[in-house]
Amino acid sequence: MSSPVMTKEGKVRDLRSKEEIRAERRKGRTGVYLVLPGLLVLVLFFALPVVVLLAMSLYTRPPGAEIGQFVPALQFSNYATVLGAYWPELMRSFGFALIATTLALIIGYPMAYLVAVRLRERKLLQGILLVLLIAPFFSSFILRTQSWKQILADEGFVAQTLKAVGLLASDGHLTATAFAVVAGLTYNFLPFMVLPIYANLERLDTRLLEAAGDLYASPLTTFRKVTLPLSAPGVFAGTLLTFIPAAGDYVNAALLGNNRNTTMIGQVIDSRFFRVIDYPGAAALSFVLMVSILILVTVYIRKFGTKDLM
Amino acid sequence: MSNSHRRLPEDPQIRALVNMMSSRSMSRRSMLGAAGALGLTGLLAACGTGGTGTGGSKAPAPSVEDLSESEKTVNWANWTLYLDYDDAKKNYPTLQKFTKETGIKVSYSEDIDGNDTYYGKVQGQLSAGQDIGKDIFTLTDWMASRMIRQGYTQELDHANIPNISNLLPNLQNVDFDPGRKHSLTWQSGYAGIAWNKKKFPKGLRNVSDLWDPALKGRVTVLDEMRDTMGLLMLDNGVDIAGSWGDNEFGAALDVLRDNIDNGQIRQVKGNSYKEDFISGDAIAGIVWSGDLTQLNFENDDQWEFVLPEAGGTLWSDNLMVPVAAKHKTNAEKLMNFYYDPAIAAEVAAYVNYICPVAGAREEMEKIDPELVENHLIFPSEEDLTKAHVIRTLNADEEMNFSSEFQSAIGV
Repeated sequence: MSSPVMTKEGKVRDLRSKEEIRAERRKGRTGVYLVLPGLLVLVLFFALPVVVLLAMSLYTRPPGAEIGQFVPALQFSNYATVLGAYWPELMRSFGFALIATTLALIIGYPMAYLVAVRLRERKLLQGILLVLLIAPFFSSFILRTQSWKQILADEGFVAQTLKAVGLLASDGHLTATAFAVVAGLTYNFLPFMVLPIYANLERLDTRLLEAAGDLYASPLTTFRKVTLPLSAPGVFAGTLLTFIPAAGDYVNAALLGNNRNTTMIGQVIDSRFFRVIDYPGAAALSFVLMVSILILVTVYIRKFGTKDLM
Repeated sequence: MSNSHRRLPEDPQIRALVNMMSSRSMSRRSMLGAAGALGLTGLLAACGTGGTGTGGSKAPAPSVEDLSESEKTVNWANWTLYLDYDDAKKNYPTLQKFTKETGIKVSYSEDIDGNDTYYGKVQGQLSAGQDIGKDIFTLTDWMASRMIRQGYTQELDHANIPNISNLLPNLQNVDFDPGRKHSLTWQSGYAGIAWNKKKFPKGLRNVSDLWDPALKGRVTVLDEMRDTMGLLMLDNGVDIAGSWGDNEFGAALDVLRDNIDNGQIRQVKGNSYKEDFISGDAIAGIVWSGDLTQLNFENDDQWEFVLPEAGGTLWSDNLMVPVAAKHKTNAEKLMNFYYDPAIAAEVAAYVNYICPVAGAREEMEKIDPELVENHLIFPSEEDLTKAHVIRTLNADEEMNFSSEFQSAIGV
């Protein structure tokens, strides 16, 4: 640094030879160079789009203007308009995502536990189950959702069986319902819940469980006091990895939902953008969604992201 | 028990608790990831509107050099299953013929899966007067109208398309392109009503028959506003080609909204309604004629399609040359080629949509005499009186109506 020699640090620096200083600088610069690509990517693909998104959300369409033609403005009422119209869809998205995350946790935790702890001695079976867990990633997300439509179809096995045992009204159906959408979300994001928990439980020291048993803890207490707290980081990561994409998802709602009470906010953004060609409206909704998720996740982290998770 | 134990740290409990703290950084990263994904939407928005916001409704007409002479190629963007295809040879027979005749190579791509989505994709470049890499694109009337109005197309040189005289008389003068200066019909089709003959033997005569309690929750309607709303308005006795407005649209929208809200209509869909017909989730609905022909062909004639007595809609897809396209003359030669009745018949025999070329019917006799009687390919006079073309909407109407329609169908 070429600043005036005032601080103690500066004086020490002056005692070094020029070569040393240069080498030091070069070292520092190398660090900067190494960070640069990452920074560039972040600016180019994250910061810049967000700024564009924010600007676009305030654009306005002059009356009589061509379709898709908007002029820069500071029309904050765009937010009021879209929020007023699509408040229920926004709330529903978070509701569905929350239910799906909870279900995925309830289903996913035992799966992860089974593979990571119970089958630790049986490497082959463990490997097979692990592959099965990841297997859905090998096929297309859309195709998997599409096949759920066939599984839940009116003439399909599931609906017919439920009707036969009287769990479903004779004129009822499973597809095009909120049930189908939540089921689709849960299914599609289950691996995102299972894998982090698995990664965590895989390192679980079973000697601790034995110790808990030696200290007269019941299996339930052992789970509550030992296993669960130790796997909490995995649960924490899993819930976030499930909730965030689920809240913004629109494929499940589009394929498995109806046009009445299953619409999620992602569908609305898609429709505002591509159908109505209302770019400011779509941008405003995207921004609202982004900020809402950010707030929810921050609150979640603040509340549970530390030791007092349990 | 050995492996996993050796990997564990000495004080697992404390380490784990510390790990819990570090999970905060993990979550921060995943947060950034999610936000990044959302940010992409922003980037999309930026692409979609690049060059708008400047005012002036017409794109600057760039001076394009026609490279047709030096580059013997033409790039054509079309919808899926919309050109005769030879499954065995994996090629398009008529395109092969064209190349043989003219020496012009065609790069054919099934790029278009929706008018709206395609518009969203190319609008940014077109408004900046840039070449989108296509010399022909194929879009439905109302979108063709928008493209022409916005100056996103090039004027055709009819001297290069002598076969244009084969265009059916009722298609020669359309309100969005008088004299066909910018567009040429590719295929036409109807939106009408269809039902499963076995599951609903009673059949349908009008759109209002779809509200039969026996069909509750098994009805599907199209998410293409002009078709669904067109049929609903016709059912209300509105002349959709005439001067209807907010009131007529609103009344039809109420019918749609009521039937969505009471669960009569199960879903509002694009092409994917076909799967619901096959799975049996949908028994009846408002559909496109060509789809039904295809469905029946693949699934033993299970369905019947009719134009409602009150009338159905007639739409066409149009070939146009986008602004800044580099091979306009080649594109015109291709259009001319497909307006040869023999070639048109060959295409019609495969795609099963209404053929816009006069004389194709006679040529069809040689290919497949059975198809000559198919009203969905060669409509009778009576069919055509029942088929209506919805009037062109101005920009404000288009915005408002589609916004209202989208909110009625819940998105």
